[in-house]
Amino acid sequence: MRSLRTYAPLLALPAVAVGLHGVLAAEGDIARMTQLIMSAYYALVVIGLCLLMGYAGQASLGHAGFFALGGYVSAAMTTCNLLPWRQTTAVRLCEIAGLLIERKDPFGMPLLSFSPWAAFATAMLVCGAVAFVIGVPVIRLRGHYLAMATLGFGLIVYRIVLAAAVFGQADGISNVPPFELLPGLRIGGSRAWRVENYYIAWGAVMAAMLLAINLINSRVGLALRSIHESEEAAHSLGVDTYRYKLAVFVFSALLAGAGGVLLTHYNGSISPSEASVMKSVRYVAIVAAGGMANLWGALGMGMVLNYLSLRGQFGRYDEAVFGLILIAMMLFAPQGLLRPVDWSVVRRLLAGRARNG
Amino acid sequence: MVWAQIVQYCLSGITVGSVYAIVAIGFNIIYNTTGIINFAQGEFLILGAMTAVSLAQVMPLWPAIACAVVLTTIVGGLVELLFIRPVRQASPLRLIVVTIGVSILMREGMLHVWDEKVRALPYFTGSGVSTVRVLGAHVSPQVLWVLGVCAAIVAGLTLFFRCTLTGRAMRACADDRMAARLCGVNDRRMVALSFMLSAGIGALAGCVVSPITQTQYDMGAPLAIKGFTVAILGGLGNSAGAVAAGLLLGLLEVFAMSQLPVAYKEAVAIVVLLLVLVFRPTGLFVRRESASLRTA
Amino acid sequence: MAEVLLETRGLNRFFGGLHAVRDVTFGLSRGMIKGIIGPNGAGKTTLFNLIAGALAPHGGEIIYRGRRITGWQPHAVAALGIARTFQTTRLFAHMTVLENVMVARHARTRCGFLAGMLGLPRVWRELNESRNRAMAILERMGLADCAGEAAGNLSFGRARLVELARAMATEPELLLLDEPAAGLNIRETEDLGELIRRTRDSGITCLVVEHDMSLVMNICDEVVVLDQGRIIAEGPPREIQRNPEVIRVYLGDEDHAENPQS
Repeated sequence: MRSLRTYAPLLALPAVAVGLHGVLAAEGDIARMTQLIMSAYYALVVIGLCLLMGYAGQASLGHAGFFALGGYVSAAMTTCNLLPWRQTTAVRLCEIAGLLIERKDPFGMPLLSFSPWAAFATAMLVCGAVAFVIGVPVIRLRGHYLAMATLGFGLIVYRIVLAAAVFGQADGISNVPPFELLPGLRIGGSRAWRVENYYIAWGAVMAAMLLAINLINSRVGLALRSIHESEEAAHSLGVDTYRYKLAVFVFSALLAGAGGVLLTHYNGSISPSEASVMKSVRYVAIVAAGGMANLWGALGMGMVLNYLSLRGQFGRYDEAVFGLILIAMMLFAPQGLLRPVDWSVVRRLLAGRARNG
Repeated sequence: MVWAQIVQYCLSGITVGSVYAIVAIGFNIIYNTTGIINFAQGEFLILGAMTAVSLAQVMPLWPAIACAVVLTTIVGGLVELLFIRPVRQASPLRLIVVTIGVSILMREGMLHVWDEKVRALPYFTGSGVSTVRVLGAHVSPQVLWVLGVCAAIVAGLTLFFRCTLTGRAMRACADDRMAARLCGVNDRRMVALSFMLSAGIGALAGCVVSPITQTQYDMGAPLAIKGFTVAILGGLGNSAGAVAAGLLLGLLEVFAMSQLPVAYKEAVAIVVLLLVLVFRPTGLFVRRESASLRTA
Repeated sequence: MAEVLLETRGLNRFFGGLHAVRDVTFGLSRGMIKGIIGPNGAGKTTLFNLIAGALAPHGGEIIYRGRRITGWQPHAVAALGIARTFQTTRLFAHMTVLENVMVARHARTRCGFLAGMLGLPRVWRELNESRNRAMAILERMGLADCAGEAAGNLSFGRARLVELARAMATEPELLLLDEPAAGLNIRETEDLGELIRRTRDSGITCLVVEHDMSLVMNICDEVVVLDQGRIIAEGPPREIQRNPEVIRVYLGDEDHAENPQS
């Protein structure tokens, strides 16, 4: 299980990243990096969703909701101004705990907001808790219940961010400050930081893929695959199917939320459209096209399709394209377009031996 | 609240609730015959209404509605033929994904044909301002149309399933597909029929409610959610339960709206859905033994 | 006196209006091979599903080694030491034979979600050990040569064996076999009988649902006969063969000799 073959593609990722960088630099079009960076953060959602759909066999129509939840919580916390409440116990406790930072807003006025790290941690907690609360009762039931529950969840998030003043209503939240990961390493939209953000984004994708690949190749991954193949048999062999499906659901929600946080800090803003049903459906379409249980396929498709969509290549038919992809995949290529190579077939063909009966 | 206001709210709730009930019944028909949840169900209502609006510009109202229903029924059959039937290795997950895709395609199609403009059928009798007195409250006559048409649909379906050969064949299919086939029922045709039937009644309901709620290309998804909520609340597959649950949700929604800001209108149904899934996923009316929702 | 391993008391299960299992009370001692026979629809597989936890009973108790396991989930029952096979093989078709058997080690291993994600060394160690144990079982059952094959490609007979190997890999004390001889020819059935005997001799108690009478009479120490959910006879195979109720149920009344049941 653990072999070079498992991790080789992961090692190829940096090479691809550098390669693309070179291509863009040669064309003098560093601006296109932005779309690649955004696609990378969207890919975090896709990776989590791939685990959920391909390995736990559940559909989620509300992953954009988790993405938005992470983004909005982070945005709200890093742009709020707690100065008027500085003397209250709660705020003072936060300050002592090092959760707050003083900064200036674009007009030079002093602000007291949560630090991006505190906001990130909170966003993760919220996403995880919500996923847990939805998952506990619903995952016990058949597949379409989770699909509908997550659809409902996504819609609620959309309605809330659209209606609530603290979330900026239709305009969303802007002026989100950059996220300082390490001294000198910031996630933010400034042109000067574009290249380092590019590699940060790829780094995030690599980290997520590393976790996912490790998981799939571990005992848990084996159990997940067995659940996907025959839940009844897996259950009878000692696999706690319910707990694993729940764990994958929560994990995928956390990944989606993380993507939301990072993209919000990169863009400096977030708007209600990130929570829309269409976005959720888009993620599902990408996973379906890449192959439900094919991580690399999903990642590849995610990067390509999101990049094209962000560049406006689909024009007015943007949504329809994803709808068509969904249907086409299910009808013609249920295992996805990018099937992982079945090495045993290749080996047998090379050896020229007939199959054992 | 004044008595007249209460009656008003109740009628309003029952009106919108009966539409939800029809959507839920559409879900149930397809679910019973195929085990699929048709995510595109809401789109059938909108398609029917939009088609009727366009046709009504070149023909009188009643033929326009009739044609719209027929056309939408055909679309329902086409959906099944083109998108559901050919799916190989049809697992629930795959079929869910397909119907989602269908709902998107239908919505985008409607967007391109009819734009984002809000449209509405004209009031069947009277106009936007005419009222009728019912139990002390003033309501639009269209409300009576909605209630009447929905009741007629339910009655018609009950007769159909109980008394006609085709209806009974569909019930047989729902109960045990293999056994039905062995008895000579063409189960594939029943599946197509279930889609067509759901599409037809959806279109009819969409038309009759259009003057009141107006119609826009993207109203399908919220309708589907509410219809699904009602279907679950009444017990998936149980159409009598769907009627009761629909009225219940309609009333809940309307009375909640009187207390909450308008922006949270959609939230009511969704909260109900989540609550039902958490506490009573088999629905309000189902006995413990006959339901088996566990995947095992 | 052999220890009573499994006991059911007054087990009941309905499916809508159908009373599939009625007041079933029987027991199983350690080290025996017990058979469950009966016409189709008698409730045999339902009984298995109840014991294995795949279905919850609507009344009655299941006691395993003195412990009430009524209504326990299948994975908990498996972890306790009760393994089962299915009437139709449920192999993980797209996974290799080796991986199929490795899944069975799940209840005996521990590394969880977090450890798996981080790729900690103990995850690999545990996985390697599982692989070795799985390989050992495959070798013992003569399946080592197809360890790398996708399970969906196996012939029917081999697939059945893999399913058995899988159940064995959970290190059970009690093995529930649901129609293991279905679809096997005479020679394969004999081999199966040998295999079951050897399994019992290695310390695993067996409860077998079967239609193949020769197999049942050959290997079972005791037999339970079910008809329409009820136990109509229980005892050594010879006695069962001569039991008039059993004969009636299988061959029909004298009055209805033209229309035999089953």
